[in-house]
Amino acid sequence: MADLGPLIPRNRDIHPVPYDPGYKTSVARSPSQPLLSMESGASEETGPTFGHGTFGALDNNLIMNFSKGTAPAIGERILMHGKVLDERGRGVPNTLVEIWQANAGGRYRHKKDGYLAPLDPNFGGCGRTLTDDEGNYQFLTIRPGAYPWPNRGNDWRPMHIHISVFGHSFGQRLITQMYFQGDPLIDLCPIAATIKNRSQLDRLVAPLDMSNSRPLDFLAYKFDIVLRGRRQTMFENKLEGM
Amino acid sequence: MVQPLDIHEETPSQTAGPYVHIGLMPSFAGIPDVYENQLGESPIADGAKGEVIEIVGSIYDGTGWAMRDALFESWQADASGKFAGQDGADPNVSGYCRFAADGETGEYTLKTVKPGSIAGRGGQVHAPHISLWIVARGINIGLQTRIYFEDEDNSNDPLLSRIEQRQRVDTLIAKKTAYGKYRFDVRLQGEGETVFLDI
Repeated sequence: MADLGPLIPRNRDIHPVPYDPGYKTSVARSPSQPLLSMESGASEETGPTFGHGTFGALDNNLIMNFSKGTAPAIGERILMHGKVLDERGRGVPNTLVEIWQANAGGRYRHKKDGYLAPLDPNFGGCGRTLTDDEGNYQFLTIRPGAYPWPNRGNDWRPMHIHISVFGHSFGQRLITQMYFQGDPLIDLCPIAATIKNRSQLDRLVAPLDMSNSRPLDFLAYKFDIVLRGRRQTMFENKLEGM
Repeated sequence: MVQPLDIHEETPSQTAGPYVHIGLMPSFAGIPDVYENQLGESPIADGAKGEVIEIVGSIYDGTGWAMRDALFESWQADASGKFAGQDGADPNVSGYCRFAADGETGEYTLKTVKPGSIAGRGGQVHAPHISLWIVARGINIGLQTRIYFEDEDNSNDPLLSRIEQRQRVDTLIAKKTAYGKYRFDVRLQGEGETVFLDI
């Protein structure tokens, strides 16, 4: 395989801080020693691939996939769409995007979620898709509700959708959360606040996209995702012995 | 003004949260039927070449508690040191697996083949290892580390060689407990803290 060059090192300043007392669980779950930095190699520059044949027709339709197309989930119908890019601004084609979320009332379909808001019998809360040749993806879903969580005395998560993206190499692996434009809970959320640079947090807030909303059917929100890119290998210093 | 670089910044990470399994391992969350197949259920298929091994372990938080809600992904080469997609790679090794800490005990199990050593840039040779990526509630950006093996020659591995405090090398070495069986515990914080990577 052609050597595409090492991954561009991560700029950790744009990411959340690992240790943040406002988000209590992070206190005992953050390393206290510095990370060991090194140029990427084959272990980070390769990664799994998934074929289109792996996916079912409803995998990216959370309104219908839990009921196998027999009955729609309840809630505000939305199209979530966007593009996966790398740091060079190139679309990342054929890459796996997975999402998960609570239902319209803020309840997750997980054996450990005991929130009193009810489950929706027609909503599972997970979806997956591959980006197209230009890096575009889309999901049809319902807008998740806010929900309370045991952190400080009265903390509520903003409406959000969890997103996992692969890219083409294991070192690009990323999980993040999409928030919704105008949600006042974003400013109060200790998890959102683990990102210390407000302009970086704003990059996780999806704008309402009327241009892609479908009249009498669904509203749209746009969410682009940028993954790590590769350094161009114009000159490669050889180590001793080469 | 200088020319613009036109570099896009990476999207910031956020925690995967306690319900990560809904999206990545729905059967574990109690949603077994939504997809026809679940991704990353095994890194090997029948007929994979090499020694089949089982790695068992727990991930401990800074208080010594085995975390019950962590999710792991592993990525590795086949027995000859080739990654899926590379010329000559074993077609029965996808190399990729998703697994979770048990909700009751906190213990995980990874069944796979032992990877071969891997060729790096500039003629370097990396000792056999499995890359591990860990997400969970309370982890704001996924943690990378590696599993090496105590019954392999790790003395010239470029990554292990970079660890200044030599006693910390041991945190990346899986211990052999029986034939084909290893134990690899991860300690997030404090005494015996695992070396985490920025690669």
